[in-house]
Amino acid sequence: MDKLKLIIQREFIAKVRNKTFIIMTFLSPLLMVGMIALVAFLTKTSLEKKRTIAYVDASHIFTEKDFQDDETISYVNLFDVDLKTAKEITQTSAHYGLLYIPKNTQIDSISNNIQFYSEDSPNMIMIADIERTIASKLQDIKRKQLGIDIKQLEDSKVNVDVKLSNFSGERTSKLINGLKIGFGIGAGYLLMMFIVIYGNMVMRSVIEEKTSRIIEVIISSVKPFQLMLGKVIGTASAGLLQFFIWSIVLSVLMLISSLIFGVDMASNVGTIQTTPEQMEVMKTAANGEAHLILEEIKKLPWISMFFLFLFYFLGGYLLYSSIYAAIGAAVDNETDTQQFMLPVILPLVLGVYVGFSSVIGDPHGTIATTFSMIPFTSPIVMLMRIPFGVPWWQIAISMALLIVTFLIVIWLAAKIYRVGILMYGKKPSYKELYKWMKY
Amino acid sequence: MSNLLVAENIVKKYADYTALNDVSISVPKGSIFGLLGPNGAGKTSLIRIINQITMPDSGKVFLDGEELNQSHIQHIGYLPEERGLYKSMKVGEQALYLAQLKGLSKSEAKQRLKYWFDRFEIGDWWNKKVQELSKGMAQKIQFVVTVLHKPKLLIFDEPFSGFDPINANLIKDEILKLKNEGATVIFSTHRMESVEELCEYIALIDKSNKILDGKLNDIKRTFKSNTFDIAIKSEDEKNLITEIKNKFEIFDSTIKSIDNESTFKIKVDEQTSSNDLLNFLTTKGSITHFAEVIPNANEIFIEAVNQNTNG
Repeated sequence: MDKLKLIIQREFIAKVRNKTFIIMTFLSPLLMVGMIALVAFLTKTSLEKKRTIAYVDASHIFTEKDFQDDETISYVNLFDVDLKTAKEITQTSAHYGLLYIPKNTQIDSISNNIQFYSEDSPNMIMIADIERTIASKLQDIKRKQLGIDIKQLEDSKVNVDVKLSNFSGERTSKLINGLKIGFGIGAGYLLMMFIVIYGNMVMRSVIEEKTSRIIEVIISSVKPFQLMLGKVIGTASAGLLQFFIWSIVLSVLMLISSLIFGVDMASNVGTIQTTPEQMEVMKTAANGEAHLILEEIKKLPWISMFFLFLFYFLGGYLLYSSIYAAIGAAVDNETDTQQFMLPVILPLVLGVYVGFSSVIGDPHGTIATTFSMIPFTSPIVMLMRIPFGVPWWQIAISMALLIVTFLIVIWLAAKIYRVGILMYGKKPSYKELYKWMKY
Repeated sequence: MSNLLVAENIVKKYADYTALNDVSISVPKGSIFGLLGPNGAGKTSLIRIINQITMPDSGKVFLDGEELNQSHIQHIGYLPEERGLYKSMKVGEQALYLAQLKGLSKSEAKQRLKYWFDRFEIGDWWNKKVQELSKGMAQKIQFVVTVLHKPKLLIFDEPFSGFDPINANLIKDEILKLKNEGATVIFSTHRMESVEELCEYIALIDKSNKILDGKLNDIKRTFKSNTFDIAIKSEDEKNLITEIKNKFEIFDSTIKSIDNESTFKIKVDEQTSSNDLLNFLTTKGSITHFAEVIPNANEIFIEAVNQNTNG
């Protein structure tokens, strides 16, 4: 046990003192915040840039009032010129584009024949804006033609907001689902990142011991399994420290940059992508569901979520990093690892995709349930499902399967590791690895 | 004298390849034991089994009469042929780490390291990274780490490779000193002159089998062929040779004569003693060189391996 402690200690210190590690620890959050800030900044400026659009209304349905300048577009009426001249004028006066409404009396054929000409492909948000402007005008005209009273129509609109409750009568909010999805995806994604980054670190550290040829001295003092375990745990501790520093630095930087730029970046990026329906939800939330959401956040099974997170996070990491260690032991240098990487990366990516596609849509559906049982995807998929409340028997089966698989995998990995670390100059095949397991 | 290490009927197989086939060796306490053999004979496999790096498929190893177990790790010091250190770790920290893995406490390890670093005059390397050291310097550190925990059994696999002659001598003297202090040494090498110099006992492994073992002098005795190297000054060389040829077998000798003597090797039969031969020769001229040809380790090695190959 003392030796295991020594190994963990050494691995941890070796990782933490590494220059690249230190640089990455402090540089990555800076880069990340920088990127987010850049994206937010660019989106903002591109939206804020005012564009002039010329228009020709050959149908004479529209008035200048219909094309009011707004924050992003200013309109120029070219009046009754033909299309060819209009294009020329637009180009010579360097307007962004030309909107052409054809001459026609039928509303339907007008609506289908409006053209927009521009130099490069136009911004879709802007086009949607223009389409909305035109559609509301044409709708009004059509309603009038059909004899519909616009005022009555407005009055007849009903806004439905289904309130959700569970059978025990507690009210729930729709927004909380978004929150749960957020937690789930956050946790699953974090685990995948952790496995890929630190699993690779374990692998490189095994290769280093092999190429520097210190390995034989070490394993004449400790069991290979102890060395492997120490390496995996030591690297994970360094990783957790790095993640911890990242989260602190990130939140500090976010705070600072939002103060400096006066932009609430998260919400800025958020609003751009929100659909009107979501806006609606947000509004209702603001109007009185806020306390409900708080209630629900309090009601989430935090303690079991925390422990399950810990279990699946560690289980997933240990499972994969022991495979990484075995791969590192099997090869002589990093380039040879390629052929073994696919079977490791595949289930990880699959887990994340299944999580994104099925857990969000239907957290308790067949696909989500199945993949949260299969040990290689279960850490990620189950982590995503947990906030939605998973039946205890499913968790029990999934955990049991993960533990059993972990024991089998680490046993096999240790066998490959034990043989591999003393093998030099051979580029091993899968067949070879299978042989090693039987030594 | 009792044996410190006994390996009995060791068999080790890797899939369809047998690395050790029923190999037994006994290493007497306080001796230097040469473990010899051509490349790929199975020496390293045996050494790894003694170090508990791998397990034998069958057979047992005893250290000091006890069957090998984890507690013996601290009694063995092993310097492998393929050796290295963590490149980006500092020398001192690394030596401490490796010593602690062998069961020394940190303070004890520090104290002993100081002694060795002073002795080798390498104290100012403590805070250097291994990648800044030359190969020979790194080898010295490895040697220190191997012997630091004062093991009963030391295993050196090609200890002199990578050392210049001066440092090789330094290491050789250290090994002899450790032996005099009571350590038992297993010494694996291809350099037969150092076997000749250091080893009292040897075992020769070839093609996974032990083909020879015992006290080096006893082995030499069995390999000697009652042949004598002779240089003799004679008036009539032709006559002399015909006379000898009548009585004994005669071969060319490799002795370099400085005074135009006749030189040759004479092989006598079991019944003829060296004195008989000497008496015979004194009558023929003045003898300037007379020595029994004793096979050296190198010749024994080659002959034994060739015999094994040819059946």
